[in-house]
Amino acid sequence: MKFDKAAGPNPTDAKKIIGQPHDRLDGPLKVAGRARYAYEFHDEAPNAAYGFILGAGIAKGRITALDVAAAEKAPGVLLVMTHENAPKQRFKPGESSPQLHNPEIYHYDQAIAFVVAETFEQARAAARLIRVDYSREVGSYDLDKARATATVPTHYNGDNSDTAVGDLDAALASAPVTLEVEYRTPSQSHAMMEPHATMALWEGDRLTVYTAHQMLHWAKRDIANTLGIPQSRVRVVSNYVGGGFGSKLVGYGDLTLSALAARQLGRPVKVALTRAQIFNHTSQRSATIQRIRLGAGRDGRLTAIAHEDWSGNLPPERAGNTGAPSENACFQTRLLYAGANRMTATRQARLDLAPGYAMRAPGEAVGLLALENAMDEMAEKLGLDPVEFRILNDIQHDPEVGPERPFSNRRLVECLRLGAERFGWNRRNPKPGQMRDGDWLIGYGVASAIRDNLVTASHARVRLLPGGRLRVESAMTDIGTGSYTIMGQTAAEMLGLPLSAVEVRLGDTNFPEAAGSGGSWGANSATSGVYAACMALRAKLAARAGVNAEGVSFADGHLVSDGRRVPLADLAQDQEIQAEAGIEFGDLTKTFAQASFGAHFCEVGVDRYTAEVRVRRMLTVASCGRILNPKTARSQCLGGMTMGIGAALMEELVVDKRLGFFVNHDLAEYHVPVHADIPDLDVIFLEGDEDANSSPLKARGVGELGICGVGAAVTNAIYNATGVRVRDYPVTLDKLLEGMPIPTI
Amino acid sequence: MRAFTYQRAESPQEAAAAVAARPDARFIAGGTNLLDLMKVDVERPGHLVDISRLGLDQINATPEGGLRIGAFFRNTDLASHPQVRRDYAVLSRALLAGASGQLRNMATTGGNLLQRSRCPYFYDTAMPCNKRAPGSGCAALEGFSRNLAILGVSNQCISQHPSDMAVAMRLLDAVVETVDADGTRRDIPIADFHRLPGETPHIETVLNHGELITAVRLPAPLGGHHSYRKVRDRASYAFASVSVAMVRGDGVQRIAFGGIGTKPWRVEAAEALSSPDAIADQVLADARPTDENRFKLALVRRTLTAALADHPAGEGTR
Ligand SMILES: Cc1cc2nc3c(=O)[nH]c(=O)nc-3n(C[C@H](O)[C@H](O)[C@H](O)COP(=O)(O)OP(=O)(O)OC[C@H]3O[C@@H](n4cnc5c(N)ncnc54)[C@H](O)[C@@H]3O)c2cc1C
Ligand code: SF4
Repeated sequence: MKFDKAAGPNPTDAKKIIGQPHDRLDGPLKVAGRARYAYEFHDEAPNAAYGFILGAGIAKGRITALDVAAAEKAPGVLLVMTHENAPKQRFKPGESSPQLHNPEIYHYDQAIAFVVAETFEQARAAARLIRVDYSREVGSYDLDKARATATVPTHYNGDNSDTAVGDLDAALASAPVTLEVEYRTPSQSHAMMEPHATMALWEGDRLTVYTAHQMLHWAKRDIANTLGIPQSRVRVVSNYVGGGFGSKLVGYGDLTLSALAARQLGRPVKVALTRAQIFNHTSQRSATIQRIRLGAGRDGRLTAIAHEDWSGNLPPERAGNTGAPSENACFQTRLLYAGANRMTATRQARLDLAPGYAMRAPGEAVGLLALENAMDEMAEKLGLDPVEFRILNDIQHDPEVGPERPFSNRRLVECLRLGAERFGWNRRNPKPGQMRDGDWLIGYGVASAIRDNLVTASHARVRLLPGGRLRVESAMTDIGTGSYTIMGQTAAEMLGLPLSAVEVRLGDTNFPEAAGSGGSWGANSATSGVYAACMALRAKLAARAGVNAEGVSFADGHLVSDGRRVPLADLAQDQEIQAEAGIEFGDLTKTFAQASFGAHFCEVGVDRYTAEVRVRRMLTVASCGRILNPKTARSQCLGGMTMGIGAALMEELVVDKRLGFFVNHDLAEYHVPVHADIPDLDVIFLEGDEDANSSPLKARGVGELGICGVGAAVTNAIYNATGVRVRDYPVTLDKLLEGMPIPTI
Repeated sequence: MRAFTYQRAESPQEAAAAVAARPDARFIAGGTNLLDLMKVDVERPGHLVDISRLGLDQINATPEGGLRIGAFFRNTDLASHPQVRRDYAVLSRALLAGASGQLRNMATTGGNLLQRSRCPYFYDTAMPCNKRAPGSGCAALEGFSRNLAILGVSNQCISQHPSDMAVAMRLLDAVVETVDADGTRRDIPIADFHRLPGETPHIETVLNHGELITAVRLPAPLGGHHSYRKVRDRASYAFASVSVAMVRGDGVQRIAFGGIGTKPWRVEAAEALSSPDAIADQVLADARPTDENRFKLALVRRTLTAALADHPAGEGTR
């Protein structure tokens, strides 16, 4: 099914099941420990041997000597693989993931040896007996230093690294009020719950990998490319995935090495990365430096907007299958506010750290940390309320293109107004440092949120089984988001069945290829794939019932046509009826600017003695098209808000700029928020949101919108509380202390 | 983790003898620190002696009116013990400010005193670290040192002592009781128990190899207000950037600090002073911060000010 014109009325509009807050279908399985993750396919891949990856202890250079004799002789060891004996692999940047293919060290904790043994402990102990000599090279680890040599990236989000409209310099020169600021955001780690893990099993020349992955057809392509075998001989299974946030869009050492070793040993091999390995062996969100220049008239209307960013990465040929994208922090600035004269530019420097790659809302998540703080700074310069300043600069079309490219649906102003009302924004004192609660300095902050709406092809098979139950099969993944549930809801709605009559099977490349989970395109695209398959099944059922497909409807387990009601169970009495179809998207995302919007409101307390910051409450109002399931969507937003609070206050991969690695590589020292950091969070979705230009489901992406802008609402609140503006994330207490007077007693 | 043998000792002296007999042997108590370090290959014991069944899980009143806390008494139990909460509230609060519920359920009094460095380089065997590999150098001195010590540091090591409990013990003048392989017992005042890094940062206490902590003894209660103020980078489950333990009132003023010293820090001479600035000036007189942890100077002063403001002198209720 091709989606190339706005959706008209369709069966999903009934919203009897779609749009209802159903509990997650996979909830009971997970609570009971029966949802199996990649490392747990004991029956399918029995007697698996355990692999342990030894990582490089230097950041850049080459291996000059390896002594594996002790490791090979260690108890239980079956195989020690290094670049000296690893099978030949193929390399295609961005589409393969060879390991141990040469003696070069590209980054710290890159795989340099792989030990397989009867137990995990044996493999790990043996790996530590391997002696390695390196010749070290000087690397580049400091973005500030590398910035001067940054160039136009070869791979970035969006369609262009540089954009320019109007005459920015003239507009800035003549604007009565201007602002020029530079912000910094650090590298961050995805820190999802489930570590990267794979079990690999060969049956003849056919490979099955049970792996933790967000995007199964990419995994299949990458592993087939790496091993030099046809994709048709690879099956990838990822039934349940314990979070990914982008990290699992590509595979790492566990995927390739388990497959290589299992083939060599003729036995299944399983590998899970240790928590420490996740920080330097896999990928990370690149640090950025961002310069923002704004110009406005005294009336508060922006006349000039410039946003430039610098990030760093390995060269693509060293960045595995990530392709070494730049962190395009300017992307949202092209769409968010009006302003006739504007430019953005993205530059990338070389850094010899773990590959920089997509992490939840790549680009916007850090871009908005800078832009939405700059907007707060500008509002203060203009003497305007930050909410009103944003509303004043709302625009209903793509500001780079003009009215010929309108937004499909943009309700940012409503988000801001409703949020301000519900939050009690009018209680805010615009002058910093005026609100107090005992020893807490209180501040309120606001930020806008925008996240591009992405859609991508997705397929599904629906089977009406004898007995009348419906089964949905798709290679879509559920990384904890609710895919099972909303795809089941879609099928139930389309065929007039209760959700309890629908089974959903996901996460297997034996099923039709699907959107996968990334870029917030999953929910909208995958349910559209189910919609297409259900439309095809409805036509088949009508034919089986001998009625015209036009005018037929499905309700209460029946096909209904001209007053005739046929139980679905009767139609599939002897033989199941199935249909497979998919959705392909045309160019409506070009015709219309499409994005989800939101507004975040935050209250913080800052201890007047110690500068400890505590978020006291937060409200997000979001406009994301039709909400397919308010419960799972709300959970996505709560997770994003939590992550945004982390980005504002604590998350930072600390680079040792001499030794070239992320030093704080465990969860004791890489801080993400704990329960005590997260207070009352509230989410409101705007009523009646539907986006007919987005998909047949009229939905848009939710998952990443939740994080976009959150951190800026927090740091704007910190400024309101203290009068200290920190332009270097995260805002830890040491950065506030200097600007805060010591209370006397 | 490398292969090791395991033994369950039957008496404190037998445990001490078992460890003394092998240079690569270690006691294992709650295991929350030791096992972590074994998994990352920092600790490599060949033999573990389990001290969980030696009767060290008792807590008793002493004839002097204080408490004797068995070395295997769990952190959770200690924090919630009614007499500790009533008479040594600073200890209860310090314990509850540390780690997480799950860890405190396992962690023991002896193990907590002996927990090792949280310096990230100490945890990474690919990096130089004098504490882990004597003579290899100190990666933190010019590296990531934001949370490390500013007092008691040397050119060999600047790791802070991470324990919260030990700060309260220092404040309370606790005494560490030990036994060794031949049954010799000794009492070690807490002030003398931890060593400064000096030239030998890998030697952290005055204990001999195989010397077992059997108990920690608290003198009779001090009275006064008890407080433990811990400042850190998130609301819970993080090591102290700075902590201030304080007992004040009933004619007493005692202050000890965590997060800033290479051992639990207390400057008795400063306790007679009354203004926060005077106290801070004296405590910090010999501070040697790095660029990254210089903020702790201001933070100590401010946290101390907050703690003093919370508990005006002269009021005698706990
Ligand atoms: C993620 C994390 C966060 C933490 N946060 C904090 C925090 O905020 N504040 C804090 O104070 N602590 C914190 N801790 C540390 C925790 O308090 C210690 O791990 C715990 O107290 C150690 O006690 P244990 O009984 O488990 O010791 P073990 O791990 O069993 O032993 C530690 C050491 O002591 C030796 N030992 C144990 N008992 C004796 C004895 N009786 N005699 C002689 N030697 C002995 C062992 O041989 C070993 O070398 C944290 C730990 C973790 C893992
Ligand atoms: S500060 Fe101490 S623990 Fe840290 S690297 Fe230096 S010697 Fe090792």
